[in-house]
Amino acid sequence: MVTATPSDADLRRRAWDAAARVVDPEIPVLTIADLGVLREVDVSDGHVEVAITPTYSGCPAMNMIALEIELALEREGFAKPKIRTVLSPAWTTDWMSEDGRRKLRDYGIAPPQPASSRRALFGVQEVACPQCGSMNTELLSEFGSTSCKALWRCKACREPFDYFKCH
Amino acid sequence: MVASIQVSETPLVLYVLRRADDALILGHRLSEWCGHAPMLEEDMALANMGLDLLGQARELYSYAAKVEGNGNDEDKFAYLRDVRQCRNLLLMEQPNGDFARTMMRQFFYAAFADIYWRAMMTSSDATLAAIAAKSEKESAYHLRHSSEWIVRLGDGTAESHARAQAAIDDLWAFTGEMFAVDEAERALIDAGVAIDPASLKRQWLKTVSGVVNEATLSLPRNDWMQQGGRMGHHSEHLGHLLSELQSLQRIFPGATW
Repeated sequence: MVTATPSDADLRRRAWDAAARVVDPEIPVLTIADLGVLREVDVSDGHVEVAITPTYSGCPAMNMIALEIELALEREGFAKPKIRTVLSPAWTTDWMSEDGRRKLRDYGIAPPQPASSRRALFGVQEVACPQCGSMNTELLSEFGSTSCKALWRCKACREPFDYFKCH
Repeated sequence: MVASIQVSETPLVLYVLRRADDALILGHRLSEWCGHAPMLEEDMALANMGLDLLGQARELYSYAAKVEGNGNDEDKFAYLRDVRQCRNLLLMEQPNGDFARTMMRQFFYAAFADIYWRAMMTSSDATLAAIAAKSEKESAYHLRHSSEWIVRLGDGTAESHARAQAAIDDLWAFTGEMFAVDEAERALIDAGVAIDPASLKRQWLKTVSGVVNEATLSLPRNDWMQQGGRMGHHSEHLGHLLSELQSLQRIFPGATW
C-alpha cells in the first residue's frame, strides 16, 4: 500500500486554513484573515512559517495572536511553526474584507471608512450607528477601548458604540 | 542591582536609539496619567497614545539591537541604560504638570512626529521606512487629538487659557532640539537614511502657529533654545523617571511574568 506524501502546496493550504481561523482576541467575530493581519504562509520541507503584520505598533493582541497561530498549527500536526512579524507594507483598514466589515457591523462596531478621510486635521467625520443606522452620531473620544477603536454615541437611538478607526 | 550595558554607538545605532528613547520616555510620561486623567475618555486616550509610542519604541530598539549585533535587545536598551546613555529630546522628559502642560508637550511633538515619520517613509533604510509608515498613521491621530485640546483649553475659560499659555512659555525652549542635527546624523542624511529635520521646520511652525492662533494663545518671541538630550545631558527629571521605569529589572534582572 502506498501512502501519498502531501505536497508542500497541500500542506500550505492546510496551514493557511488553520491560521486563518484564528480570531482577534479583542474582536472575536473577526478572524486574522478578515482583518488582513495574516500576510503569508510558507511551507518548505514540511516546516511552516507564518507572517503576520501588526495593526497598531503597540497592539497588545499581537503576542496573543502569534501564540494562537502556533497552537492552531500544532493541532493540525505542524511541528514547531515559526511566526514572523512583518512591518512593510504597513497595515491599513482598507485590507479588511467586505465580509469582515459586515461581521463588525453585526457585532455592534461601526466599520472603518476609507483611509483617505483621516487626514483632515479638524475634518468632520460621518459614521453610521451600527445599531440603528442613523447618521445622527457624535464622537465622544478619539481613543476607545482598544488602540484600533474610537468611542462614538448615536443621538437617535441614544446608544454609545465603538467605531473601528480608519488607519 | 544590575549594572548598565555598554552600547557601541555607531551613527546608525545612535540615530535609532535617539528616536526609540523619544518614544519610550514620552510614552512613559503618558502612562503616568493612567488612573489620574481629568475624565475617563482622556484616561483612555493618554494610555492609548502611550501604547502607540511604546510600540514604536519596541520596533526601534529591536532594530538598534540588530544593527549593533552585540547581544543587546529591546529590554536591555530600555531597562539597563543610565541617564547619560539616554538620548531622548529634553521635551519628552519634562514632567506632566497639569493637563494643559501634558497636552502642549504632546502637541509640540506630534506636530513634528507627524511630518517627520511621513518624510522618513522615503528612507533608504527599509526597516526605518517600514517603522515610519506605521508611526505616521499613529502620529496623525495624536496630532488631531492634541490640537483639539489646545484649542479647547486656549479658547476656554480664563483659567484654562492662562494654564495653556504658561505651558507654551515653559516648553517652548525645548522645541528647537527637534530640528538640530549633529555630525553623525549629517552623514546619515547625506546617505539618504535620515531626513534633514531642518526641512520640516517651516511646516511644523505653520501647524503650530495655526492651532495656537485659533486657540487665542501666542508663541513666545524669544527663540533661545535649550539642547542636550541627544548627547545624554538631561534635566533632573529623567533620573526620577528612570528610577521608576527601570527599578524592577535593576533589582530583579531578567524578571518576567
